[in-house]
Parts: sequence; C-alpha cells; structure tokens
Amino acid sequence: MGKRSRHIESVTEVVPALEDALAGPVEAAIAEHRDRPGALLPILHAVQDALGHVPEGAVAPIAAALNMTRADVHGVVSFYHHYRSAPPGAHLVQVCRAEACQSMGARALEAHARARLGLAAGAHHSADGRFTLEPVYCLGNCALSPAMLLDGQLHGRVTPGRFDALLATCETTEEHAA
Amino acid sequence: MSITVYVPGDAAAVSVGADAVAAAITREAQARGLDVRVVRNGSRGLLWLEPLVEVATPQGRVAYAPVGEGDIAGLFQAGWLEGGAHALRLGDITQHPYFRDQRRVSFARVGVIDPVDVDDYAAHGGWAGLKRALALEPAKVVETVTASGLRGRGGAAFPTGIKWQTVHDAHALQKYIVCNADEGDSGTFSDRMLMEGDPLCLVEGMTIAGLAVGATQGYIYLRSEYPHAWRTLNAAIAQAYAAGWLGADIAGSGRRFDLEVRLGAGAYICGEETSLLESLEGKRGQVRFKPPLPALKGLFGKPTVINNVITFSAVPAILADGAPAYHDYGTGRSRGTLPLQLAGNIAHGGLVEVPFGLTLRQVLYDYGGGSASGRPIRAVQVGGPLGAYLPESLFDTPLDYEAFAKVGGMLGHGGIVVFDDTVDMLEQARYAMEFCAIESCGKCTPCRIGSTRGVEVIDRFATHGAVQEALLRDLCQTMLHGSLCALGGLTPYPVLSALDHFPEDFDRVRQSDAA
Ligand SMILES: Cc1cc2nc3c(=O)[nH]c(=O)nc-3n(C[C@H](O)[C@H](O)[C@H](O)COP(=O)(O)O)c2cc1C
Ligand code: SF4
Ligand code: FES
Repeated sequence: MGKRSRHIESVTEVVPALEDALAGPVEAAIAEHRDRPGALLPILHAVQDALGHVPEGAVAPIAAALNMTRADVHGVVSFYHHYRSAPPGAHLVQVCRAEACQSMGARALEAHARARLGLAAGAHHSADGRFTLEPVYCLGNCALSPAMLLDGQLHGRVTPGRFDALLATCETTEEHAA
Repeated sequence: MSITVYVPGDAAAVSVGADAVAAAITREAQARGLDVRVVRNGSRGLLWLEPLVEVATPQGRVAYAPVGEGDIAGLFQAGWLEGGAHALRLGDITQHPYFRDQRRVSFARVGVIDPVDVDDYAAHGGWAGLKRALALEPAKVVETVTASGLRGRGGAAFPTGIKWQTVHDAHALQKYIVCNADEGDSGTFSDRMLMEGDPLCLVEGMTIAGLAVGATQGYIYLRSEYPHAWRTLNAAIAQAYAAGWLGADIAGSGRRFDLEVRLGAGAYICGEETSLLESLEGKRGQVRFKPPLPALKGLFGKPTVINNVITFSAVPAILADGAPAYHDYGTGRSRGTLPLQLAGNIAHGGLVEVPFGLTLRQVLYDYGGGSASGRPIRAVQVGGPLGAYLPESLFDTPLDYEAFAKVGGMLGHGGIVVFDDTVDMLEQARYAMEFCAIESCGKCTPCRIGSTRGVEVIDRFATHGAVQEALLRDLCQTMLHGSLCALGGLTPYPVLSALDHFPEDFDRVRQSDAA
C-alpha cells in the first residue's frame, strides 16, 4: 500500500513497452474482463494476481482495450493502495496499523518487524529482496489484535515472539522449495 | 452414521489455528477408524474462545474451546464425540452467559449452519422471507421494511424503507442493488463474519430488495482485505444459482435477479457510497456531489439501492416474521438489533447482537469482561476511525443513535474499540489526522490539505502547546464545516474528543519541562 510512499511516475515519461514475459498475463486479463461493466478494477486485479504488481507497461494496452486515456488508467492504478507498481519481495508482510490493533501493541509490533527485517525508516523492501512490509488499515480481525497477513494468510494475537516464529516458517518453506 | 464436528472457517478463527485443528480432527478420526464429518461453519462470535469446536451429539451440540491442534488426541481420548468431560468442555454454547441474552436476528444462523449449503440454510429458516416477498406486491415489500423501522447499519442510519421507496418510485428500464461490503472502519468485522458465516442471508436480502424496487442486477462491493469472505461469497452465490434461488427464474416465479461480487482495492473512501459507485464503474473512488442521490442516479447513472451488509441481512427476517417482530426490539427511533463488535484491549472480544438500548458500560463489562490487560479502561472509540473517543464518565450512554449523537459521539457501524490507561491520546488524535491524510480522496481542500496540516500542528504541541490548541480547534472547525463528505467532516470528532476529554495528554510543554 502506501500511495504516498510510492514513486509516482510522470505519465508524460515515455511509456515503457511491456516485456514479453509480462504481456501474456496482461492480454489474458484484458480478454477475460474487458466486456464487463466497470471492467478496469477486475482487469487490474487479474494482472496483479498473475504478476504480483501492475507493470507500467500494462497501462497502454489496458487503456486501448477500454477506450480510455493512459492518464485515466494511470490515475486509477495510483489511486488505490492495493495496486503495486513494482514486484514485492518473495514474502509479503502486511501489519495492521489501525486503532484496535494499536490498543494491543501494533506500533511496537511494527517496530519489531522493521528491526527484524532490517528495514530503514520509510523503506518497504528488505535489502535481500525477500521481504516486503506494507501497512494495512484493519483486516477485520480486531477482536484478536494485533493482526497481520503473511503471504495472504491472516494471523491474530501476533506478539513479537509469534512474529519471529511465523517468519521462521517462511524460511522453512523456502528451503523446501530450494 | 457419521458424526458431525463443526470447526469455524471464519477468518478470525483461522487466524488462531482453526485450519490446523480441522486437519488434526480428520487425521485423528481416520487413525481411529471413526466416521467424522467436519463442517466449516461461521463463528459463534465468542472470538476470544476461538477455535471453538462443536460436536453434534444426540443430546445436542457440545462445545469445546479454545481448542488447539495439540488438544485433539486428548479430546478423542475423553470421548468428546459423545460429549465427554474434558477441561475444554463448555457444553451448550447457546446457554453461555455471553450468548444467552443476545437477540440474534441477522446472526441467527451464523456459526450454526454450513455457510454454503442451500439446504442447510433452508432447514434453518432461510428463503422464507424471499418466498413471502414473491407473494407480495413490490410496494408491500417496501412498506414492510419501512414499518420495521430498519435504519442503515453502515453508519449514517438513514431509514432503509425511504431509500427503497425512492428507487421503487423512480422510472427506469434498469435499476441496481449494491451492497456496501467495504467495511473499512477499524474495529468492525460484523460484515465479514456475516459474509463468511451466512452469506446466503445477504443473497436473500439483496434479492428481496431487487424484487421490491424492480432491480434485476446486484453487486456486492467487497474490500480486497477480505480474501476469506471473497471465497465464501462466490461459493454461496454459485450454490444459489445452481439451486434456482438466483438467475432468470427465482424459485420458479419467472422473476430475475443476478448477483456478482466485485473486489475493491484498498481505499477507505470507497466505503462512502458515491465513491463506491465510482469505483464499481472502474474509476478513481472520488466522492460525487449530491444531489443527485444514488437512489435516482446511482450506478451507471441508474436508480440504485445501496445498503450495508448488515442492513440487507436484517431484511429476510423482517419479511418472514413481519415488521412488528423487528420493530418491537430497540428504543426510541433506534429499532431492532445491532450487532456490536467488541475489539481492541478487551478480555472477551467478539460479536454481540442485542437490541438497541444497552449502555456502553454494560457491554464493556458484562459482555467484554473489562480490559484484556487487566488495567483500567481509559478511552473507548465507538463507530470507527471517525468516531469520538469517550471517557469513563460517558460509559453510561445507551447504545442508540440519538443518545450517542447527544454526547458528541457516533454509533456508526457498531464497532467498539477499547484502550487501557497506557494509551496516549495525543498519539490517537495525531493518528486520526494522519489516517485522513492517507485516505483522503483529494476532492476538497479542507480534508486534503487540512489533515496534513493537522498532523503538523499536533506535532508542534511539544514546543508551543497553547498556541497550537487554538490553531487545531480552528482547523477542525474548517474541516467540520467545509468538507464535502464525512471523511474530512468527521475526522475532527476523534481529534476534538481526545482534546476535550483527555487534555492532560496534550500538555506536552509542561510534560517535557517536568521530565
Ligand atoms: C468515509 C466514509 C466511509 C464509509 N464506509 C462505509 C463502509 O465501509 N461500509 C458501509 O456500509 N458504509 C460506509 N459508509 C456509509 C455509506 O456512505 C452509506 O451511508 C451506506 O453504505 C448506506 O447503507 P446503509 O443505509 O445500509 O447504512 C461510509 C461513509 C463515509 C463518509
Ligand atoms: S472530505 Fe476528503 S474524502 Fe470527502 S470528498 Fe472531501 S477530500 Fe474527498
Ligand atoms: S484494527 Fe487491526 S484488524 Fe481491525
């Protein structure tokens, strides 16, 4: 998330062409959803689900398919916190920052997560590229706060100790994959 | 004969290990050669006891909680499939003090049934409201909802019947039903629990709305932070289509209603109804000027009913049991029941559906059991991030829209967030401003610029307290009166309530002198 922390590219920059490897999923997303009313968000979701982000180069083909300007599409992508312009790390950590979680130590949890992942103030990606930390504002798990999502899985009552244990499971899954 | 065991598939239960518990039960049953069927139900709402597992015995359902993966072998050993004694045994959960005195209308089936089974739904009273609606003139359906006194549960508490009447009376070839399932307020999760625990109730409520106003297409706009609800809703809708409860010929009536779920993309402002419609149309979620009202010019410019999940979920029961049954609950102009959500620093966090009128103190202590930390409760924020912070002296306020407004508060979506005495209220005020700055749609200046300036002013309390207070109050007045929508217009509530009720936390100059 972090609309404010994201580098907002100027739409007047030359729009990069879409790399071949990314073109297929973008075309597929357009083909699947273009005829639905209000198709833009479903298309962007499909692109991000497939690629982990919405590449800058996807803007032009989507705009062409929906008969919109590139600026319109870019404006939508940058408005919503959910869409990312760059790929995230191998693991995505989304820590809730909202009030119920605050009341149960979310600020300390986030500080712990930053220290543990070695993130400088304001940084979102760990130096080794393995982890991305994003703030979220409520996951609907407020009765079991503090809450976080790790690779899309919801966890409740996350103490610093539990955070470390969850991170360790990421390492185990990586070893299995290797 | 197989024995049914219920393990919640609700996201909150899963967040503390329910999936692992379900898997362990299946494993252990197989190892023992026992025929066990695991149903993933919704949550009963005693979230502090999750995972709460129930066994269907001939004497009724017996609950065990909180069950960890490591408890399973011991539970089988103790004969839990026959309701055997065990340290975790709670017995009939509906007789638990937390549950017994609730009045569940919207949540009657949540935690009871298999959420995506249309027949289980029917066996527990489902579809009765829809069948009744099919037998009535549309105007009569609207009249019933009006007579129930139901007001929107999404925050603004606007009378639902009046909204439906406007759409009913509008002339158009196409009309829409839109469900606001954005649930962006922190401390709220009743929409999520309903969509995961009884999604067909929402389907039924929206279908009745469609019949009442003459709309054939519905959309559920769901926030992207709710992947569990997304899967459950889609599964339930597919089942409803397959069984003929949705589509071109609802229950053989010859009438049509189609329903689809759309995902939001992480913008709080898209909970505001007009930005939600913009977002559904594929645009930036910026607030529209009103008029025209969405009831006359809503989605794609057509007359549109837009209601919250809990509003729609009250409708099937209102049709099935009649308007008076619902209207009899409540107090003053706040009729019916409100699913409250107890969250934050509270011992017994969870969902409590009760008629309007209980006091905040009753809910905090009788249901909530006081703070989780064991320290005194100092501040309570009701109604989401735009709600006021209430001090102990206001805990006797009854939960009723008008009573809350009278003390400068807001009941909103019924979210109650508890803070103990370690809370720093200046930090909470700062956060409210910062949240507004992050989530502002950018359409109007008081909100877009004012919130950023608000954070700066609060930061300067450390050096020039008194001067900054005057500035902050002035800025809040500008936001209050100059904002186009309630994001900018209500952010002053948490800020000013913190300043008014907890002034000692803002006295930063003296605090730093003393230090
Ligand atoms: C900033 C803002 C955020 C809102 N967020 C939500 C929300 O998340 N869910 C919701 O149902 N209503 C939300 N609302 C209220 C809606 O605008 C609208 O009043 C409601 O969806 C109408 O449904 P109801 O009459 O059933 O309450 C929000 C309003 C504002 C101003
Ligand atoms: S108050 Fe804020 S969110 Fe509402 S319309 Fe104005 S800028 Fe947008
Ligand atoms: S406030 Fe953190 S999950 Fe709701």
